Amino acid sequence: MFEVIFLQFLNGLDKGAAYALIALGLTLVFGTLGVVNFAHGALFMLGAFCAVTVRMFLTMETVTVDPTQLSPWGAPLEIREPLVQAWLGDFGAVLVNYSVPFSILITIPIMLLVGIGLERGIIKHFYKRPHAEQILVTFGLAIVAQEVIKSIFGPNPIPQPMPTDLRGAADIGAWLGMQANVITYPIWRLVYFLFAGVVIGAVFAFLQFTTFGMVVRAGMADRETVGLLGINIDRRFTIMFGLAAVVAGVAGVMYTPLLPPNYHIGMDFLVLSFVVVVVGGMGSLPGAVAAGFLLGILQSFASMNQVKAIFPGIDQIIIYLVAVVILLVRPRGLLGRRGVMEA
Amino acid sequence: MTLLKRGLTRRRVMQTGMAGIIGAGVAPIMFTRGAWAQEDFCNNPTGDTVTIGLNLPLTGAYAEEGADEQKAYELAIAHLNGEGDGGLLNVLAPSALKGNGILGKKVGYVSSDSQTKSDVARAGATRMIERDGAIMITGGSSSGEAIAVQGLCQEKGIIFMAGLTHSNDTTGKDKRRYGFRHFFNAYQSGIALGPVLGQEYGADRRAYHLTADYTWGWTQEESIKAATEALGWETVAAVRTPLGSTDYSQYLTPILNSGADVLILNHYGLDMVNSLPQAVQFGLRDRQANGKQFQIVTPLVSELMAKGAGEAMQGVFGTSNWHWNLQDPGSIAFTKSFGAAYGSPPSQAAHTAYVQMLLYADAVERAGTFYPPEVIKALEGHEFDGMGNGKTLYRAEDHQCMKSVLVVQGNEAPTSEFDVLNVVQEVDRETTTYDPSIFGGELGPAEPAPLC
Repeated sequence: MFEVIFLQFLNGLDKGAAYALIALGLTLVFGTLGVVNFAHGALFMLGAFCAVTVRMFLTMETVTVDPTQLSPWGAPLEIREPLVQAWLGDFGAVLVNYSVPFSILITIPIMLLVGIGLERGIIKHFYKRPHAEQILVTFGLAIVAQEVIKSIFGPNPIPQPMPTDLRGAADIGAWLGMQANVITYPIWRLVYFLFAGVVIGAVFAFLQFTTFGMVVRAGMADRETVGLLGINIDRRFTIMFGLAAVVAGVAGVMYTPLLPPNYHIGMDFLVLSFVVVVVGGMGSLPGAVAAGFLLGILQSFASMNQVKAIFPGIDQIIIYLVAVVILLVRPRGLLGRRGVMEA
Repeated sequence: MTLLKRGLTRRRVMQTGMAGIIGAGVAPIMFTRGAWAQEDFCNNPTGDTVTIGLNLPLTGAYAEEGADEQKAYELAIAHLNGEGDGGLLNVLAPSALKGNGILGKKVGYVSSDSQTKSDVARAGATRMIERDGAIMITGGSSSGEAIAVQGLCQEKGIIFMAGLTHSNDTTGKDKRRYGFRHFFNAYQSGIALGPVLGQEYGADRRAYHLTADYTWGWTQEESIKAATEALGWETVAAVRTPLGSTDYSQYLTPILNSGADVLILNHYGLDMVNSLPQAVQFGLRDRQANGKQFQIVTPLVSELMAKGAGEAMQGVFGTSNWHWNLQDPGSIAFTKSFGAAYGSPPSQAAHTAYVQMLLYADAVERAGTFYPPEVIKALEGHEFDGMGNGKTLYRAEDHQCMKSVLVVQGNEAPTSEFDVLNVVQEVDRETTTYDPSIFGGELGPAEPAPLC
């Protein structure tokens, strides 16, 4: 029984890491700009498709059609040669193998530009508008982004292989001195959990230990006073929007080997992530992270056969059930502050 | 007056006259009752074209199958209209097809994205029948959709030629007089797959089922459980997963310490493309359980899914309705025709879609009318050959095609991205034939044909 509980705990951490990463970005935007950003899931999806695009370039092939030969299905035979390996040799093969981690380097500047462009181009015009209008415009943006990706890449998921060295399962039980082959867990899921920890830690460190972060935190607490001190807080908040887009984008990149991305992948996470933000407390970064992991772990435990035998279907509703209970007991969420989204 | 006195009275004249009038007026109606009915039915095509409604899951869990079905329907319609190389029109036997449309009318189509959802499929079919005048509805890659749409077609008096649907219920408890299925079913998968599993993995196994939570998943689980338990296997657990799930980690971890040594994935389409690689990522295939190598089985598999699942599919057993590398004349002709048109070999979903289109057209030609009850009569009990599954019977009792079934295995050394499955065994029609009464259900009446 211990093994089952431990494995579900690991599952919960893994799910929670994904929820926490998206909720962190959502909270960054809400906490700085006061905008409820329903396009945040689309940013996760755009990040995932950055990985798809990078891999498409890395796996480009030269195609030579040999009209004298036919394939078994009657089409002229196509002879394909990988291009990047031909140019770069062994290094090219390594790049293709590690295309997902490599994509992060490309995704960071792209998502930063996308985030800043989105904020300057559209979001800034809605700062003083009601939250309902912000939700409508960002939801509309998300749908537009989805349809654009659908028209380019099609409706079907596109599998992204993980590096060969990181495939398969790690024998965690053996690491902990227990019997071998009892507690095993996919290596890439452990990598994702560690990656999420690094990103969350980096965001907190950036806000906590840099002058830029200090100004942003001051702006989050009292925007007008910071402005009166002659600091261009708007510019910093714009950069924070870009940073939130980067966090969502890299979260999407690293998730692609676990779930082949399609145009809808962001929306699947968005709804749950909003619940996470609300449970954590609107505008609270630690709250978002804590709620992400809490709900991930609870959802995992609710999926155990022993639990479902007593409460059938509980795994499908547990997140919403917990959200209702927490909001009844603590209407501002776990770590929510007074005055945030309150009239 | 004399005449009248001899018998031709006024009364007699009146009687004879009335009899003549009634005879002249009513008799033609009596003798042409069928002809009248054949003019007056839902969406009777009156112009020089006939419209077919394609109800296809172009998005959702079975989107890839839907896209391949659409290609096959377009190819079949082109061949029926006398375009292209004629495909299977040249090998279908017996055949009444002439390559000039259906009954001389050019075949056209309208289509609707069913989104792999039963309610959307039903709404799309309704729209195509009521707005677009479709004379026949075909398509679908989910049994939920097929059952919903064939129920609607029974109400509307429109024939439904099901695409990819594998639930026992489609031609079992939910069968309908206006619905016809060429694809095989879960029960036949069990008949075909059971002996191979026994031979490969022995009689002492403990199986854990993950099952898509809708009609197809339930009936497949039931059929495969029956087949494996007959071998002596024990079923440890059967856990339902929502259709369209993406992350299976929460369902896979309990398997690791469940005492099972076989995982049976009753998943199809994207569900399986996601669940099978995740099961492999969790190290299931590398495990030893109960002193045996852990195995994974996917009872229904297609080459599209095998391609999507990639390396995870290698060595995994399943069943298929048809495969493009079969070497009979029909399979060769269809693969060549489809490959030349689209640059890739057809899937089993494409094959069944294409064949259904041709079988409907052939039945209309043989009936000599689009009047659905006559077309139904032409399809019921019809035996044909040349479509890639050997001699096939459209069984009258349940509208299920009786034909051979393929046991396939993921190719461990593929030579191309399409060379993903090997046909291990072709289980013949006699072996896969079963008593139609075991699943119950009522076909319902063909006449009076409802008016839409």
